[in-house]
Amino acid sequence: MMTQTQTQAESSPVLEIQGLTQRFGGLTAVNDFNVALQPGELAGLIGPNGAGKTTVFNLVSGFYQPSEGAIRIGGKPTAGLKPHKVTALGVARTFQNIRLWNEMSVLDNIRVAQHGTLGYGFFHAVARSRTYQAREAEIEREARELLEVFQLDKYADELPKNLPYGLQRKVEIVRALSEKPKLLLLDEPAAGLNSVDIQELIRLVRWIHETFPVTIWMIEHHMDVMMELCQRIKVIDFGQTIAEGTPEVIRNHPAVITAYLGDDQI
Amino acid sequence: MLRRYSVPMLLILAGGLLTYCAYEEMLGLYTLSVLMFMGINIILSTSLNLVNGYMGEFSCGHAGFMCVGAYVSSILGVLLFTKDKVFGEPWLDPSLALYAFPLIILAGGAAAAVAGLLVAIPSYKTRGDYLAIITIAANYIIISLIQNIDTVGGSRGFMGMKSVISSMEDAADLPWMVIWVFIFTVFTVWVLRRYVSSTFGKGVSAICQDEVAAEIMSVNTNKIKTISFMVSSGLAGIGGALFAYVIGYVNPGSFNILKSTEVLVMVYLGGMGSLSGSVLSAVLFTVLLEALRPLQIIKWIVIPLLLVVLMQFRPEGIMGNKELGDIFPWLKRFYRFK
Repeated sequence: MMTQTQTQAESSPVLEIQGLTQRFGGLTAVNDFNVALQPGELAGLIGPNGAGKTTVFNLVSGFYQPSEGAIRIGGKPTAGLKPHKVTALGVARTFQNIRLWNEMSVLDNIRVAQHGTLGYGFFHAVARSRTYQAREAEIEREARELLEVFQLDKYADELPKNLPYGLQRKVEIVRALSEKPKLLLLDEPAAGLNSVDIQELIRLVRWIHETFPVTIWMIEHHMDVMMELCQRIKVIDFGQTIAEGTPEVIRNHPAVITAYLGDDQI
Repeated sequence: MLRRYSVPMLLILAGGLLTYCAYEEMLGLYTLSVLMFMGINIILSTSLNLVNGYMGEFSCGHAGFMCVGAYVSSILGVLLFTKDKVFGEPWLDPSLALYAFPLIILAGGAAAAVAGLLVAIPSYKTRGDYLAIITIAANYIIISLIQNIDTVGGSRGFMGMKSVISSMEDAADLPWMVIWVFIFTVFTVWVLRRYVSSTFGKGVSAICQDEVAAEIMSVNTNKIKTISFMVSSGLAGIGGALFAYVIGYVNPGSFNILKSTEVLVMVYLGGMGSLSGSVLSAVLFTVLLEALRPLQIIKWIVIPLLLVVLMQFRPEGIMGNKELGDIFPWLKRFYRFK
């Protein structure tokens, strides 16, 4: 019995959402949303403005508690968990409008993101105990290594607000990755980037997907980014799932065209 | 080698010199008391800076926590070591006061830290102006509570601490208050410096800069807030306890919102999120208060006016959010903070 549940947990999808519904007062932002992401997948979520995409991400990262339905990460339900506990289950995300800590260095941004696995508390910090020193050295080493892998090491001591926008995006993605997530949520990573930066971003996301053992789920408005990167795309509008499938299927799906371009038979 | 030990050496030297001067009565009682108030002001401003500067909340009830520390340690000291009208015979031999004194001060700090929960728990859901109102309320609650406890003198105040100090001086003839104020001042800055420079403590700045990102990026914001409020109010309690013993008399009226404002002024004068700024401004503020003493009541027009000028021309305070070592990088050659 014990082993059975264990193997079930291992083979279970990274993210499983069943019947997810979120209401804000009278507005149903997300209605009966279902998805299952398998390990190593790179999936997309698209939809017109106000379709409820970011609400889904906020629900998954524990920022909202769903009105109905269940979210399971690696087989574990997230109901009632605070966001930092959800993060501990292996979810990391970026934000639509970049949310870096602008008054501390890039390196410190990565370091603070390790809070979930610090393993020491106030008294260790004040006493500068051996646990503290070992852990702090480890965090700094790993953070510098990660920055080097992403060629950000020369910006380690810069404040994020002084970096160009494209690099801020990159730092935010690296900060999310530094938590060694199983599931990485990217909320409109290409928003506000120019076409050169977008090509760079596509390469970056693809490279992350190939290099790190992480499942990526992204929201994006730039269709070319989605078509190029995603293996599977889900389309929602007014909280309802209207289409799902490979990029080719989505491109020609009548409901998607109607949702984006409107219906000409009024 | 020099870098590693320069700061401890300097502190020991300064402490030793101060003690020696006080012992040989080279410094007048007046100078000594100004120096002691300087130390207490450093404790108060640096500890409030943790909440107002590093965490970005607005606490204006710092004097309330001072009050808790002052009363708890005063009552403990009087109860244990002196003959009192209300509490009767001392519970312990007065000669033990010498050893128990730091513990009494720390007990005051611990009680104030617990009182800090009064603000820490509402801070989970409230922030900004709303939390500021809660901190004012906390200040009033504490003062009114003590005013209504008649055993400790109510609003008339509480005294007897001088005899605790004299029993310490009977046991060993040293300027004990000077020594302990110095030690606890160093202790406060030391604790705060180590806290805010650790990855754990940087969570405090993360909350200040973007609380949502902090919570999503695995920072347990409620825990960090609880610890920070408790540390801040605990250290304020230590400051209050020392204040009570230096003056030898406490009454609830001296810990009202005016006292809190005074501490706030020091924090904003020094710069939010700069410990060295807070130390500097506490020193400056104490000296300024004494220097302007001849002006008598007009001093309370001059000092606020200085604040107006400061906010106009340097709103980030003396140091901004930088430390001494950031402004004078050559200083870093002489010291090192772990």
